[in-house]
Amino acid sequence: MEENAFYVALSLLVNLDASLYQIVVLSLQVSLVAVLIAALLGFPLGAAVGLWQFPGRGGVIVALNALMGLPPVVAGLGVYLLLSRAGPLGELGLLFTPGAMVIAQVILVLPILAALSRQKVEELLGEYREQFVSLGMSKARMMPTLLWDARFALLTVLLAGFGRASAEVGAVMMVGGNIDGVTRVMTTAIVLETSKGALPLALGLGIVLLTLVMAINATAYILSETAKRRMG
Amino acid sequence: MTSLNVPVNRPIELSAPPSLRFDNVEFNLLGHQLFGPCSFTLDGTGPTLVMGPNGAGKSLMLRLAHGLLAATEGAITWSGDETPRQAMVFQTPVLLRRSALANLTHALAVNNVPRKRRAELAREALARFGLSACADTPARVLSGGEKQRLALARAWALSPSVLFLDEPTSALDPAAIKDVEAAVQEFHERGTRIVMTTHDLHQARRLAGDVLFLAGGKVQEHTPADIFFSAPASRQAQAFLSGELVA
Repeated sequence: MEENAFYVALSLLVNLDASLYQIVVLSLQVSLVAVLIAALLGFPLGAAVGLWQFPGRGGVIVALNALMGLPPVVAGLGVYLLLSRAGPLGELGLLFTPGAMVIAQVILVLPILAALSRQKVEELLGEYREQFVSLGMSKARMMPTLLWDARFALLTVLLAGFGRASAEVGAVMMVGGNIDGVTRVMTTAIVLETSKGALPLALGLGIVLLTLVMAINATAYILSETAKRRMG
Repeated sequence: MTSLNVPVNRPIELSAPPSLRFDNVEFNLLGHQLFGPCSFTLDGTGPTLVMGPNGAGKSLMLRLAHGLLAATEGAITWSGDETPRQAMVFQTPVLLRRSALANLTHALAVNNVPRKRRAELAREALARFGLSACADTPARVLSGGEKQRLALARAWALSPSVLFLDEPTSALDPAAIKDVEAAVQEFHERGTRIVMTTHDLHQARRLAGDVLFLAGGKVQEHTPADIFFSAPASRQAQAFLSGELVA
């Protein structure tokens, strides 16, 4: 019975295992902070690309779309070089801290939020454009209105970003170092337990991770569906 | 995209509405002349009803006058020193994904009305158009008639000197049409210049002070309504009024 992954997962949760609790909290903290920062940067960036015409706009759109598939280890390597002692930001001493993991995840999530929000904002702008011009709105003034009116669609985009952040392992492993009690998150813990041969524990952690992601998505889905029905 | 130079937060003027002048205005797209060359002046009290068959250039004329489209050739000028404050009501009302009240406060906010006055002005406009009960209802779940009245209320709250309406009743039932026509009359009585397109001859008879008749992208005639309906000058208008199919 002890070898059963579901049993392990359940007993980890029921016993409120202190180290598991710490890993879960750190995972959520890192991913949520990363998604929040990426949203603050990515949504206005996406809206700006959707709104303004400028030379090289096509290139920016292609780059954002392509970066949605950026391999996490490449992002990790970039951040590692940036933050390593000899790197340009080495003095900050961020390597192997949760801060470094947040930076890596922001780089992974930002293109998703920017590319998808650009699409949503452009769709909405097509519908609103004449009314906006009629009201005498500048493009800068259109931006917050469009982002607010696209809020239900953007929530789904946010979830896609959170999914990428919380499921990612390569980048946080490289820049965080999987240090027990400091930078160990769910995904890196799963890698470690698997390599040690502790498969039930690894699977148990996997089930906990999956359950968490499901719970967050379900909550967001229910919230947005209710709001959508209310707003028409 | 052109940006309107709409002066903000000016008091309501009850003097004669500003006059609009088209001087050899043309609009071309991809080498096709879609409108003009046209010259006319709207300087009566109106309301001006813009009539003509489909593709005559009625919507184009409205969009050129309002500044949604830039004329390829010619000049569009207003009387007075500055461009008058304008609003436009579209065939399909464009409403934000928020409550009816928030649609109005948003329009007031972008016109730099101080925050403290927005809710009051918005509620006043909603009440005038019989929408007080819907203030907190999401705009997009309102009925077709209510949506168009909300678009009119939004225009009202901005107290424009000129109001453009592009076939505002073409998708509405008779009761809703009556509401919209009453609203247009209210704007007219407030001293707003009304420029409205319609397909509906009966509606034009009820509302028009003067008629601008377009066909083939050109103004065929611009006459006071009583003359237009009794003795139209142009052959196209005669045919249009007698129910022939005018191209």
